[in-house]
Amino acid sequence: MKMIFGRPLGLTETLQRYCPGCGHGIVHRIIGELLVKLDIRERTIGIAPVGCSVFADEYFNCDMIQPPHGRGPAIATGLKRTRPECIVFSYQGDGDLAAMGTAEIIHAAARSENITVIFINNAIFGMTGGQMAPTTLPGMKSTTSVKGRDIGKQGFPIKVCEMLASLDGPYYLERCAVDTPRNVIRTEKALKTAFANQISNKGFSMVEILSMCPTGWGQTPVQAKKWLGEVMAEYYPLGVFRDLSKEEK
Amino acid sequence: MPEVKILEEVCKGCGLCCDNVCPENILILTPDRINSNGYHPAMVTDMKKCTGCGYCFKICPEPAIEIYK
Repeated sequence: MKMIFGRPLGLTETLQRYCPGCGHGIVHRIIGELLVKLDIRERTIGIAPVGCSVFADEYFNCDMIQPPHGRGPAIATGLKRTRPECIVFSYQGDGDLAAMGTAEIIHAAARSENITVIFINNAIFGMTGGQMAPTTLPGMKSTTSVKGRDIGKQGFPIKVCEMLASLDGPYYLERCAVDTPRNVIRTEKALKTAFANQISNKGFSMVEILSMCPTGWGQTPVQAKKWLGEVMAEYYPLGVFRDLSKEEK
Repeated sequence: MPEVKILEEVCKGCGLCCDNVCPENILILTPDRINSNGYHPAMVTDMKKCTGCGYCFKICPEPAIEIYK
């Protein structure tokens, strides 16, 4: 009997302290597998965000750094420029990337830094208790928008992929989800492309991943999975927003 | 013949693998057993039907599922 699916070497044996049904674990597993598949684990530096996945340094079996809130792309820029032989990925949530780190991500994308950014979008500030984030959907309830997000008062959500696609800098932008096995397999492919682009020095790659936050949304994991597929994926359409490799051909 | 091993102490009983993920529908949450964290872990009802497609592993956030072939 040979193990065909199991915990990859790119993850440590530490048990993850996420809530049941959280999408972070699925993305961690995909990255852990890719670190081994692409044979880059020994020379990878990961950047942990501020948020639920702040302890990502305990989960990934590679070198990790934990910068201040939202500064992942800035730290990644410095790391990649001083150690160009290393593979640098910045793992960020939507509070980290779309609220505090908006300036950093836009300028890193505009400069087309040769880094990989993994953006987990769960439409809410998960760690601090489910407050409204810049990515919260119109009408969506959170602890700071108890009657639903009112676009008259709180404005519209930021669609990060569409926003960055208006710049000339990014090389690869895609939005995926982790609600069904089919979407998880797509996410695997997208992340593989994003890391492969960095290995072949193509430029800035970002993969936005729609993820479940059952605790923050006040739903069961199964309800959250359905809500993501039916409501959230409607507002944030999945797909490739920029892939310059196709234009080069 | 594929074999699914569920690490019961790692499983958080979220039930993502039990909801229309398995093509053969052989995964459920154990109704009568809890692990040391207080969760009902997932279990396979009929191992003979398993095709080893790995969908349950792909959706598992922990991952608490290992598949041997």
